[in-house]
Amino acid sequence: MKQQKVKILKNEKVAEGFYRMRVASDYFGSQTSPGQFFEVRCSLSTEPLLRRPLGAHRIWQGGIEMLYEVVGKGTSLLSAKRAGEDVDIIGPLGKGFTVSEEGDALLVAGGIGVAPLLALAERINKGADRMSHRKKNIVVIIGAKTRAHVLCEKEFRLLGCEVLVATEDGSKGKKGLATDILKNLLFARRLAERAAIYACGPTAMLKAVADIAKAGRMPCQVSLEERMACGIGVCLGCPVRIKSDVTTAPSAVLYKMVCKDGPVFNAEDIVW
Amino acid sequence: MVDLSVKIGKLRLKNPVMVASGTWGIEYDELTETDLIGAVVLKTITLEERSGNLPPRIAETASGMLNSIGLENKGVEDFIRNKLPAMSGLEAPIVVSIAGDDEKQFSRLARSLSRFARVNALEVNLSCPNIKYGLSEGLIAQDEKATYRVVKAVRAATDLTVIVKLSPNVTDIGKIAKAAEAAGADALSVANTFIAMAVDVDTWKPKLGNVTGGLSGPAIKPLSLRAVWEAAKKTSVPIIGIGGIMNASDAVEFMLCGASAVQVGTANFVNPQTPAEIVKGLEIYMKKRGIKNIKSLIGSLKMG
Repeated sequence: MKQQKVKILKNEKVAEGFYRMRVASDYFGSQTSPGQFFEVRCSLSTEPLLRRPLGAHRIWQGGIEMLYEVVGKGTSLLSAKRAGEDVDIIGPLGKGFTVSEEGDALLVAGGIGVAPLLALAERINKGADRMSHRKKNIVVIIGAKTRAHVLCEKEFRLLGCEVLVATEDGSKGKKGLATDILKNLLFARRLAERAAIYACGPTAMLKAVADIAKAGRMPCQVSLEERMACGIGVCLGCPVRIKSDVTTAPSAVLYKMVCKDGPVFNAEDIVW
Repeated sequence: MVDLSVKIGKLRLKNPVMVASGTWGIEYDELTETDLIGAVVLKTITLEERSGNLPPRIAETASGMLNSIGLENKGVEDFIRNKLPAMSGLEAPIVVSIAGDDEKQFSRLARSLSRFARVNALEVNLSCPNIKYGLSEGLIAQDEKATYRVVKAVRAATDLTVIVKLSPNVTDIGKIAKAAEAAGADALSVANTFIAMAVDVDTWKPKLGNVTGGLSGPAIKPLSLRAVWEAAKKTSVPIIGIGGIMNASDAVEFMLCGASAVQVGTANFVNPQTPAEIVKGLEIYMKKRGIKNIKSLIGSLKMG
């Protein structure tokens, strides 16, 4: 973890309300793993005051990319930054995804939840290449409000992933939710035995994914989002309730911090 | 050379810039040069483990933030066994913040922590706005008598420097400050966060799980400054000014109003280099004006 002022190489609109920022940093590029995030300073004034946590979207040797949605003052200011400007970033932060050695990968993204999953898909692909065995099958389910909100479909396909899309209004892919596709997929047993699920998106979607994974006895990792202040485990402001140890203290209320212990957790550890 | 050193009770600080409880942890040692800081105040500990308040615990407001952490901590035993040894390498003095329901708990904490050489002072947190204290209806720091009782008990339990952290959520902070001084406080931290709230207009729910929380950040600086000034007028012990300090000029304002030192809190989240930058900034401020000793700023507000 380091605090660096890094150069913006690119900051471009990828869809209405969505931007992708590419910054140069050998350190971030070499130290970041998929699922980790960065605390980005959006303004040098006190408005907004706090940094914004953004996930690593792409990781390469010379730096990182972050895909973000403009939702408020902070991300709006960030979207106005131009290539060549500096941005103050702390990272990489938190614990990312653990890629299981065997079996296929099933990635479930809701809205901007595609952001860390592209980095994950790239890492899974690379890992498979290194072992020179057959490539893992990666199936990506993208759920979004409308066709305009479907992000990264092309990028996932270029990696050789199978991409399935669901939109709430039916303007692209199947009408409905990402979890509808997930259920159908598992029902049709189209995946290898030891497939693992990796999900990122709204909490309601993650809870539904966790339920489906539990019913199908599949390992499932989820990347959570929570309001943060420090981002490094100091302020204790971003708790998620974790199941307590049934044997020692079954009724204890146990919190872990999304920023330090996560943002990626095993779905079965969380009290949803 | 300018002299930045100040004294807080028995504690001699090489400069007046401290970091505030709950906003600094050893994690920051990886990002900043902790050795440049005057002293660190650690997250409040209690006798027993506390799981803290329901999320969400953080909400951002205009030039500020609300928190309702609820003193989540693993208790004093875990602190002594695991947290304190990890800080042995720090050059900066360590101030341990403590909280309890009543004077018995406070004095037990003070006694057990006083056995450790690495604990250099205690900050008695009578003013956390996010927990219920057993001794009084509101916060202990909202009640002169309760404040006196707890500080007296802590004073009797330890030879360490006792700093009492007051609440700004009072009618007359001078009265509470005097009660703490009379009970034997070596110094006063002025002040904790302001009780506040924020509402989500989409869900019509409070933005914090605990409904209310404590407001911090630059938004509260003028309010805290006034609290420091009031407390300084009524007491003669050193005061540590806290509230929205973001830069050296903020620190100077607090010192002119009577603070002997300052604590940087929320600014750590914004830019972890802030405390070190304030130290450098104070030095530059003094050199520019030919001020040799920073102590000459303390309480030197010119009236009229």
